[in-house]
Amino acid sequence: MKIVFTASAGDIQAPLDSRFGRAPMFVVYDLDDDTFKMASNQESWDAAQGAGIHSAEVVARTGAKALVTGHCGPKAFRALAAAGIKVFSTDAPTVGEALKRYRAGDLTEIASVDVEGHWE
Amino acid sequence: MILAIASGKGGTGKTTVSVNLARALGCEIQLLDCDVEQPNAHLFLQGKPLGSEPVTVSIPLVDESLCDGCCECGMFCQYHAIVCLGAKPFLFAEMCHGCGGCALVCPKQAIGETERRIGVVETLRAQNVTLVQGRLDVGVATAPPLIRAVKARIQGGTPVILDAPPGTSCPVVATIRGSDFVALVTEPTAFGLHDFRLAVGTVREAGIPFGVIVNRMGAGDDRVHAYCQGEGIPVLLEIPDDRRIAETYSRGHLVVDVLPEYGGLFRGLWDEITQRVERPA
Repeated sequence: MKIVFTASAGDIQAPLDSRFGRAPMFVVYDLDDDTFKMASNQESWDAAQGAGIHSAEVVARTGAKALVTGHCGPKAFRALAAAGIKVFSTDAPTVGEALKRYRAGDLTEIASVDVEGHWE
Repeated sequence: MILAIASGKGGTGKTTVSVNLARALGCEIQLLDCDVEQPNAHLFLQGKPLGSEPVTVSIPLVDESLCDGCCECGMFCQYHAIVCLGAKPFLFAEMCHGCGGCALVCPKQAIGETERRIGVVETLRAQNVTLVQGRLDVGVATAPPLIRAVKARIQGGTPVILDAPPGTSCPVVATIRGSDFVALVTEPTAFGLHDFRLAVGTVREAGIPFGVIVNRMGAGDDRVHAYCQGEGIPVLLEIPDDRRIAETYSRGHLVVDVLPEYGGLFRGLWDEITQRVERPA
């Protein structure tokens, strides 16, 4: 199974970016063979609106079934739910630490939106 | 003649200029309040309501039995109003600007349209002024379609004043587009100058002749004037930093009614702009 982490840079020890929609990079980690790839989220970074929705599209295209991030807004959450992607929230400082906590079963799944959208 | 009153910074005096200019002219005038997120010209004109019409935008309606999940629609939409997250498109109606592009690019003709209400256009009458204002519904983020609906009420043959929203983004562009002249209102302060420069960039990009109205003249410094001189931007009007103007405004009254000595200033502004439109430099 693939899992996506929001990251500030393209590396497993990079700081975990607490924002979903405006995170510059996604670390796509494959739990089956312990390898990872990077997916750029530059288009969402540049978007005037709909960054969370676009980020959800990018995550969906990686084939991941779970997302680990800091916070997730209402539209992004709806889009991720529609794509069947589970969302986990963490305050882990790095992607590596978040992965460790995920594996240990310490992360709880977000059942609803935890931050307000920017239009509401 | 269609004159847009705009500004980069908010609170510089767009509505003050718009409503007082409309009243001071005395002749038949159409005033369009295009600040549809917060229309306020009606507070000063106290007009009699003539009517209110709902405004809708066309949003996509997907027939999933025809959709094969190719995602052409999602790749086309720049507003992320329709996205593909698996087999079928997923709609965020509140993001849709109603352009209809998704329906056009769909190779299976699986996308039709349905209407979504975004606000109302209200018409009021106050002496010589017909006020048309848009009022966006709470929670709606797409102002440009409503602004276009307001402007669609323009009657040819009567002068038009457009009271624009502040800033330099899409609602401002939707307002000033098609106007003959833009008067940018600023104040002679550092903040005023900063946002005025952004507004100048927007209006230049739009290719519309423009000039500046400096409000609260005497309150700040001369950097706005120095900038205008360097850029060749005409100063159309200077409104003094007169406490009585602020008091009149705060009570919801018109400056030209309470302080008639200012009437000539606004009529002079109109003459100045008319000359510039009829005889461009």
